[in-house]
Amino acid sequence: MSTDIKNEWPLWEVFIRSKQGLDHKHVGSLHAADAQMAIENARDVYTRRMEGVSIWVVESKYIHASNPSDAASLYDPANDKAYRHPTFYDLPDEVKHM
Amino acid sequence: MDTKILIDYTLHLADNALIIGHRNSEWCGHGPILEQDIAITNIALDMIGQARNFYQYAAQLTGNSATEDSLAYLRDEMDFKNNLLVEIPNGDWAQTVLRQFFFSTYQYFLYQQLQNSSDTQLAAIAEKSLKEVTYHLRWSSEWVIRLGDGTEESKHRMQNAINEIWSYTGELFIAASYELLAVSGGYGVDLSMIKMDWDKKVKAVFEEATLTLPEKIWMHSGGKEGRHTENLGFILAEMQFLQRAYPNSEW
Repeated sequence: MSTDIKNEWPLWEVFIRSKQGLDHKHVGSLHAADAQMAIENARDVYTRRMEGVSIWVVESKYIHASNPSDAASLYDPANDKAYRHPTFYDLPDEVKHM
Repeated sequence: MDTKILIDYTLHLADNALIIGHRNSEWCGHGPILEQDIAITNIALDMIGQARNFYQYAAQLTGNSATEDSLAYLRDEMDFKNNLLVEIPNGDWAQTVLRQFFFSTYQYFLYQQLQNSSDTQLAAIAEKSLKEVTYHLRWSSEWVIRLGDGTEESKHRMQNAINEIWSYTGELFIAASYELLAVSGGYGVDLSMIKMDWDKKVKAVFEEATLTLPEKIWMHSGGKEGRHTENLGFILAEMQFLQRAYPNSEW
């Protein structure tokens, strides 16, 4: 089988939501010719052991990720800004579930 | 009610599932691409699961220390009642998905009817199996369409596959004597009732796949009565060897 990159099917990222879950979690990736096949492949590969009841597939090329080397400028500044956290408000007893 | 007829009918259903399950399992490690290797072996497992359910029931009805294993591994070729279609070699991927498509379409409509069987055990097995068969039908239809309406090579291979196995599809709807008795007994499925659905589905998928439906030709038969192609002998030799050489061996 040819391993020429342009003969390979596109790569898809797979997200599965478990029966009790609220969010789809990333479980892995697979190759498929199109979206329909990607969902069926995901069903065959990633839900064999009842891992989930809902599947999302996204072509890998459409996922844009932040650059780890930017972590310092992107995330460190939030570390010492306590005033952004809602911890200084006294909740009245009437507001039970906030 | 004649229990022997019920046993024969159940064995026919079991043998079909076992043999196609075995055939599909031959792809293990040889699939065209990883995800499809997993897909076809999943289907094989589903089939073997169905076979187990039917064999367990047949063993219970047979009594006499019969078990699902003795029925699957110790019967000879002429005792197997599977359709000829399921023992046909895998060939290439096109032939395998086409065989699956013909068979899953048949199982889909068969189990839909079998759910209403007066035999509660057969009805229960049919209801449970129908869900996985629905997926097998979807999976195989899409492959027939992709390969049929694909490249020149894939279409050519699909057309070859049709020429190779079409003559084995007729037997699906030629009732064996025990099937006719099963129908009058209230627990079997009348094949003439599902043939039209099968024809319609095949026609629709072939149309979308831009494949030509073959002309009316002579159809092979005999599998249901134990008259098999030479293929079954080789399948059983491989499948039954271990149990026959080392009786009662376990994992």
